[in-house]
Amino acid sequence: MSQDAAAAPRVAASPAPAGRARTPLQLAWRRLRRYRLAVVGGVTLVCLYAAMALAPFLAPYALDYSDRSLFYAPPVGVHWVDARGRLHLRPFVYAYRVVDASLPAYAPDTSRTYDIHFFVRGAPYRLLWIVPGDVHLLGVDAPARLFLLGTDQFGRDLLSRLLYGSAVSLLIGILVVLITFPIGMILGGIAGYYGGFIDNVIMRSVEVLAAFPSFYLLLTLASVLPPTLSSGARLFMISAVFSFVGWGGLARVLRGIVLGIRDVEFVLAARAAGLSDLRVIVRHVLPTTTSYVIVAATLTIPGVILGESGLSFLGLGVQEPSTSWGLLLAQAQSIEALTQFPWLLTPGVLIVVAVLAFNFLGDGVRDALDPRQRVA
Amino acid sequence: MAGNGEILLEVKHLVKHYPVTKGFIFQRQVGAVRAVDGLDFYIRKGETLGLVGESGCGKTTTGRVILRLQEPTSGEALFETRDIFKLGKEELRRMRRNMQIIFQDPYSSLNPRMTVGDIIGEPLEIHNLARGKEKVRRVQELLEVVGLSPYHANRYPHEFSGGQRQRIGIARALAVNPKLIIADEPVSALDVSIQAQVLNLLQELQKEFGLTYLFIAHDLSVVKHISDRIAVMYLGKIVELADADELFSNPQHPYTEALLSAVPIPNPEMRRDRIILPGDVPSPVNPPSGCRFHTRCLYAQPSCSVDEPEFVDIGNGHFVACPVRPFKTQRSKAAVYRPAASAANS
Repeated sequence: MSQDAAAAPRVAASPAPAGRARTPLQLAWRRLRRYRLAVVGGVTLVCLYAAMALAPFLAPYALDYSDRSLFYAPPVGVHWVDARGRLHLRPFVYAYRVVDASLPAYAPDTSRTYDIHFFVRGAPYRLLWIVPGDVHLLGVDAPARLFLLGTDQFGRDLLSRLLYGSAVSLLIGILVVLITFPIGMILGGIAGYYGGFIDNVIMRSVEVLAAFPSFYLLLTLASVLPPTLSSGARLFMISAVFSFVGWGGLARVLRGIVLGIRDVEFVLAARAAGLSDLRVIVRHVLPTTTSYVIVAATLTIPGVILGESGLSFLGLGVQEPSTSWGLLLAQAQSIEALTQFPWLLTPGVLIVVAVLAFNFLGDGVRDALDPRQRVA
Repeated sequence: MAGNGEILLEVKHLVKHYPVTKGFIFQRQVGAVRAVDGLDFYIRKGETLGLVGESGCGKTTTGRVILRLQEPTSGEALFETRDIFKLGKEELRRMRRNMQIIFQDPYSSLNPRMTVGDIIGEPLEIHNLARGKEKVRRVQELLEVVGLSPYHANRYPHEFSGGQRQRIGIARALAVNPKLIIADEPVSALDVSIQAQVLNLLQELQKEFGLTYLFIAHDLSVVKHISDRIAVMYLGKIVELADADELFSNPQHPYTEALLSAVPIPNPEMRRDRIILPGDVPSPVNPPSGCRFHTRCLYAQPSCSVDEPEFVDIGNGHFVACPVRPFKTQRSKAAVYRPAASAANS
């Protein structure tokens, strides 16, 4: 192909006979890459998920680390030039000096510099619950502390907790999609393909479910979860609660799509060729819904992230000592916190960034998969 | 081209009603759309039976019910003496090798997510006719048979024009070596120049493979070109069935006469008076009593609204469902018909 293009650039438009043609999905991928916002969203998400996976390594401190003498400490300043105007080759921090322990108020102790070290040994951890390790990307020697985003009321490092908390906030959306979508697809598909009585039963149940005030239902279900549940189990239960509320809408839309596709001629042709119902559904009907499902998934996840934040904010989601962005944001509830310790708002910023990234990506995916926008 | 007399498919009293229901969960039937209401016809081996009629008269439903893509309400369809409507699931699956369908819309009849090779190869796999390399070879052969190139197998439907897509649809139908092909308006969605190509292809294939066609269309000139015999449908019933030439030169049903007068003549000098039927096609939910055409018929008698006309042979296999015969002698002055015009057309 490249040789052809070099020889006769205009002829390159018609691919060589033997060449494998582009699949509809490849075409969509090409279109997606042209939406700058979607690409920005996608790259942002890749970074967020990578940070989540590497959280124990990237976080300077462990999840349960706290220095109670340094509660509500502001973000530590990273310097290159010290108090005497000398340039350092390594960035360094100053230790905190307590000015007034009751306010609290801190000032940097400029008498001594503490270099930031890379790949330092620290608290042991397991990467992705499997790979053991104790090397952290950044670290400083005591008594200096590397609180890059400040601390909370117990003197816990906000950056480390944000990194650890991202697991809940970023995974719950995917978990909910993994539970909701199979249920919604199967029930919606059955209702649409077979119609009649089955369709009626499924759709009426969806309507009953839709008639429930869903946030109230969420609160009730979340509050009956026993507080002794491990954080993993709790995350799963909360996902189940979201899924219980969420499958109906998806089932209803998929039923509509399947109902429309059931009588399209290529499905009839497949039946006329002698395919069984199952093969017709799996090979011809369900693949047609993929574009909708992909879009719906990318747009469902941010909703769930917000929902989890809301639940945790109200104290019904993730429980201490494990954490999530919503729970971290809950600390910034008071005016006092907002005015004096504004760094406590960073979890809110991350929620906004993650939700926006998903929405941008979702919008781009929808446009890219829309068959009416066939611009090669 | 004409059949050798042996009957391949015989349809008897075919009825397809779509229930009209009311109610929320407990539905009750309040009526029926009588899409097909008692059809009788047969197709001989190797011939082409054209089925014409205006939109909504039940042509497409007839084709789909014969293939059991929709279940009939009642009636029989004997394919080589076996009743298609009585087949069990597995028998039906095997029977599908004998009957295939070509659809009207070349855009919606091919799955946009499958390559042409997969589309044509699927029936081969289902019926265990060919797998692996053998399947690839057979698909390429089929593509050549319908006038495409073997390398097209790796392409997706969106890379083809309407006419090419229709050829792919034909190749898919041919894949299982069927005896009967139901062509459901196969050229209606194509440009006129492409229509001729596809029609010629269908005729060549018929000669080559000894195919039998049930050719559904609303375009009379197309039907005349390809059919040995033609059946005219109106509101779920066949009103007239005869050899193609006989039907065009000697229409015996007032509806056929009106239809023929609407065929354009490719000669601007020629003038012909169109017979404009009054009113619209009545609703198939509540068809007129007696003869269904009596509400629009120019020669209707008082008895027409009472007695349902019988579908009778008036000689030489010319069937007609009109008792007002020969209706031309009853002709009112309003309807003007010049036989010379239709002769010029043929």
